[in-house]
Amino acid sequence: MGDVYIAGIGLTPVREHWDQSLANLSTRAILNALKDAGGVKPQAFYVGNLLASTVSRQTNLGTLLVYNAGLEYLETFTAEAGEASGAAAFRMGVLAVLSGYVNAAMVVAVEKATDMVGPMLDDRIAQVMDYDFEAVSGLTPYGQAALLMRRYMDVYSVPHEAFGTLPVRAHTRAIGNPNAMFHRSITIEQYLQAPILTDPLNLYDAAPYVDGAVAIILINENIASHSQHPLVRVAGSSVATDAMALHDRPDPLAFSAARLSCHKAMDEAGLNLQEIDVFEPWDAFSIYALLSIEACGLAAPGEGSLWLKDHSEELPMLTMGGNKARGFPLGAASLYQIAEASLQLRGQAGANQVPDAHTALVQSMGGPASTVITHVLTGK
Amino acid sequence: MTPSQENEKENLLLKPRVPVGIVGYGAYIPQYRLPATEIARIWGGSEEGLPVKEKSVPGLDEDTVTMSIEAARNALKRGGIDPQLLRAVWVGSESHPYAVKPSATIVAEAIGASPHIQAADLEFACKAGSEAMVAAMGLIGSGMGEYALAIGADTAQARPGDALEFTAAAGAAAFIIGTADEACAEIISAYSFVTDTPDFWRRAYQHYPEHGQRFTGEPAYFKHVTTAARNLMEASGLGASDFAYAVFHQPNTKFPRRVAKQLGFKDEQIQPGLLSPMIGNTYAGASLIGLTALFDIAKPGDRILMVSYGSGAGSDALDIRVTKQIDLCRDRALKTAEYIARRVEIDYATYARYRGKLALH
Repeated sequence: MGDVYIAGIGLTPVREHWDQSLANLSTRAILNALKDAGGVKPQAFYVGNLLASTVSRQTNLGTLLVYNAGLEYLETFTAEAGEASGAAAFRMGVLAVLSGYVNAAMVVAVEKATDMVGPMLDDRIAQVMDYDFEAVSGLTPYGQAALLMRRYMDVYSVPHEAFGTLPVRAHTRAIGNPNAMFHRSITIEQYLQAPILTDPLNLYDAAPYVDGAVAIILINENIASHSQHPLVRVAGSSVATDAMALHDRPDPLAFSAARLSCHKAMDEAGLNLQEIDVFEPWDAFSIYALLSIEACGLAAPGEGSLWLKDHSEELPMLTMGGNKARGFPLGAASLYQIAEASLQLRGQAGANQVPDAHTALVQSMGGPASTVITHVLTGK
Repeated sequence: MTPSQENEKENLLLKPRVPVGIVGYGAYIPQYRLPATEIARIWGGSEEGLPVKEKSVPGLDEDTVTMSIEAARNALKRGGIDPQLLRAVWVGSESHPYAVKPSATIVAEAIGASPHIQAADLEFACKAGSEAMVAAMGLIGSGMGEYALAIGADTAQARPGDALEFTAAAGAAAFIIGTADEACAEIISAYSFVTDTPDFWRRAYQHYPEHGQRFTGEPAYFKHVTTAARNLMEASGLGASDFAYAVFHQPNTKFPRRVAKQLGFKDEQIQPGLLSPMIGNTYAGASLIGLTALFDIAKPGDRILMVSYGSGAGSDALDIRVTKQIDLCRDRALKTAEYIARRVEIDYATYARYRGKLALH
């Protein structure tokens, strides 16, 4: 893979931003990223977003955001890959810079889930599934995760407690992340007593739908020497897909797209798992994080939770709180993951800094590993 | 801040030319109670963490008008005044029995008020009752009348199975506003704050309201209650410790507790006026009935902060000081705690019948 670097990162706090529009929120992230990049002028602008067209009733989002941020006339369009939309837009940026057409590209991911509430919102989010076979019968992403969790517990004889390790850790990590939604730790006892949402999935198994915007500026080596920050290189980038509907997969617990995407990105980067310093798995649901850990080859199938217990200190995960505790701005969440991993590699993760972090593996999912986008980032 | 901005909050404080107060007060709470666990039994969900313990339910022959009359009669007894001297009857509610035809005229005639008066219904979700109080302050404070009757009453509606069903309750409170010299509590000033915030609404011809779920919290209830309360206290040079008691709109148990904490009030300052755990959310009656419970126990000189909240959205904050008169008028009518103790538990089926939840045709 050629050389693509991260020159600017702009984050906004993940919150219920009732009083912010898609454009307001994005502009804050964009201006932060431009400031961070110190004068780099993007020549293309890609947006990652899932819900604007249904929940905010807004299409042609890129043009709206570019104009509102004072970047008139810039090339722009939206990438959509379910909840992995932000990572999809990031990949567009990577491809644009790699192609040589542009020296610098800006990637923005934004979500305004709070523009709608209740069953109407659930219906719009359910569109990430196979609508004709899954959503139409009333299945929701929560229901889908609960089905997989139940099957996992049944197939591998695993108790509910096994899923609690990551949510507990995510909440502890989020305390040190000023952009996180929650700054309150939870215990495994609290986890086990949490109200059931969709049996067996409980409140702490599911990441909360909220709002957020994040922007990243990508550059090629021609202008990388001007960077005012330690450079983070995009060393691997890969997208893999699986059957959209769970019932069309030979083994729904396999998360094959996660495995393929991870291996390809790692191959591209020329790294093996032992060389990874920071791992950001996809924790929209605790079960998905476990399956992601297993699919990437860190643990054998059914042994993800055991692996977490025994190897908890070896590989820092969900270092800024993950989707669970940083908050889950759906289509924007995956770009938060990439931005957070980049901060770790720059040495700018504040209270949550992982010492000597040089390599990061970031995996994002649309649906239950229907689309999986994995990035490998390296620092100096 | 420029000097004009500095004065702005003080200028926005409502202070009557003629000092006004509450001459008589009265509450009414229907006797039926539906435990929250009974609702959870029917609709499922955890029995832990329910928003209230139980809620009051009006009987088959009760509505906003009958409850308003009960509360008004209690207020008249305590005030010891001739209803013919009332210059206005204003009823604030979101459950007026008629869409068109005032509740106020029925109430006025039933309590023996003169026909030569102002009368109207007010509607501002749960803030309609306190708005009636502020309007009455204006009428009396300008010297245009001797007494005005302000009522907040509701038989709140909630869609069966909705989260609101746990709390939507019934009750009324009435206040006779008159000049401060004969009042059992002086209303020193008021401060109001309103914005276009669509957190809860019921459109025409709809049986049940809709709401914005979590949007009803921070940007709605908390923003308006804290803004009205803080501005009133700031403009008056007061802090939380200057008040013996505070009573806030109480849609559940959690919100008023949390807002009290945010504003620096201690548990013991709000506990006596926090009735929602026992009777639910009486909507336009909620903060007003809480105030009657405080009058039932307050001592002369006690200062009370009342802050209502109405969805849509706004808050009225009232700075009230209890006078010596309170000891004379308090025992002339049934106390709020006595209404709460007068309790008949019903099951969900009885509730469904009493509240007309069964569609018969």
